[in-house]
Amino acid sequence: MAEKYIARSPAIAARMLGGEMMVMSAADSTFFTLNEVASAIWQAADGRTPLSEIVSGKICEEFDVDREQAQRGADRFVDELSQHGILLVSDRPLMETDSFPPAESR
Amino acid sequence: MSLLAEMNQKALNLGLPISVQLDITYRCNERCVHCYLDHDDHGEMTTAEIIDVLEQLADAGVFFLSLSGGEVLMRQDFFEIVERARKLLFNVKVKTNGVMIQAKEAARLRQLGVEQIQISVYSHRPEVHDAITKLPGSLKKTIRAIRFLKSQGLKVSIANVLMAGNFSDQPGVIALARELGVAYTLDPTITPKMDGDTSILALRIPGSDLKQVFNNPELVGNVEEFCAPPPAPGEDIMDGFPCSAGHTACYISPYGDVFPCVQFPLPSGNVRRQKFLDIWRHSTQFKEVRSIRARDLPTCSTCAHVGTCTRCPGLAYMEGNMRGPSAADCEKSFQRTGIPSANMLARARVVSVGPLIQIQSLAGSGQTCAGEDSFVTA
Repeated sequence: MAEKYIARSPAIAARMLGGEMMVMSAADSTFFTLNEVASAIWQAADGRTPLSEIVSGKICEEFDVDREQAQRGADRFVDELSQHGILLVSDRPLMETDSFPPAESR
Repeated sequence: MSLLAEMNQKALNLGLPISVQLDITYRCNERCVHCYLDHDDHGEMTTAEIIDVLEQLADAGVFFLSLSGGEVLMRQDFFEIVERARKLLFNVKVKTNGVMIQAKEAARLRQLGVEQIQISVYSHRPEVHDAITKLPGSLKKTIRAIRFLKSQGLKVSIANVLMAGNFSDQPGVIALARELGVAYTLDPTITPKMDGDTSILALRIPGSDLKQVFNNPELVGNVEEFCAPPPAPGEDIMDGFPCSAGHTACYISPYGDVFPCVQFPLPSGNVRRQKFLDIWRHSTQFKEVRSIRARDLPTCSTCAHVGTCTRCPGLAYMEGNMRGPSAADCEKSFQRTGIPSANMLARARVVSVGPLIQIQSLAGSGQTCAGEDSFVTA
């Protein structure tokens, strides 16, 4: 199965609130809250680390969950957020997404 | 309860500020007749100071950030500020008159992922709108800006402040919003100027016009439900607090002053001298605001409207007592339901007490109610 790389879209707003991540899409104003596990995946979504590595290296270790179960959950989570344009998904590493295009000369 | 309401409740329980309005300038290219601001620059925060504040707000947990003014685009560094705010992942709303927004500015706001743009429109007729803003051609430019923003797919809402001078144009503004495909919000609140000058309160619409607004299904939805008599308040209402000011929200001026709300000018600290979180957590003013519950309000706790009134503690503060009633909100509750507020009844009693015939010198008469609620003195 092809590797997945995930990155946070720059078109979202997000903030951690009491252990949960609030995420809002500027595109469609969809509002999400992510639980601790999902927040950890979200924070690790740097576009360079494969999802499988995030699951095995971070989720399984920090939350003491079975690898297969964690991978299935992570896949579902990534599918759902990517449908709302909140996570960008690719089969190859993504460029830095935490920045905006430069302004045109004024 | 919606997810958003749940998050607000969580922020309240955790004592976190979830929402901040940051005015980045009081300078403006318009001179609106009802504006409460002093438009001279008395030493606005620099770009670096504002960025430092934004970083502090992000660390403090703020999610919703409203950038307002003055006119935000009067600052040369406006887009730098928005870009930094978006990099810090705030949900950004911009309040503007739109006059300086053309295609390029609209495109940049879209690129930066701004959530919403709120634009002030006072009338669909240039002669009325421009007379309020005192800037000839302003309505034309504002409407042009809305079209640019819409063409970028941005969410835009028209804010229509209602005054005696533009009240009759309100249906025209609603039709304009519909034609432009943007949301419409109405606000009948006129507040005193920052220096305490209350002369602009004369611009407020009279109670009879408020009643008309509250009975318009296009504005309020189900009129019968909206104007229903208030239910008896339960313990939860009496233990509740009036609004989010100082609880989950606050306001920061271009000079770094921190207040519970833009409409609640109680100086509570300054981010040029103190860390934002120190002010939020430890200022005596914020602590006092947070300590007030509905049952502590001397007049309002006895009022039939206590559970449903839009009582603004900031307006009450400007009337002299943050625990007191806000006459403008008493008027709204009365016009909405036909039931006088406890404050109105108390004042009426004061007026009616005494001999049936009074003889006074002209100089000493009628001072009890001077400048007070027009409903009571009429």
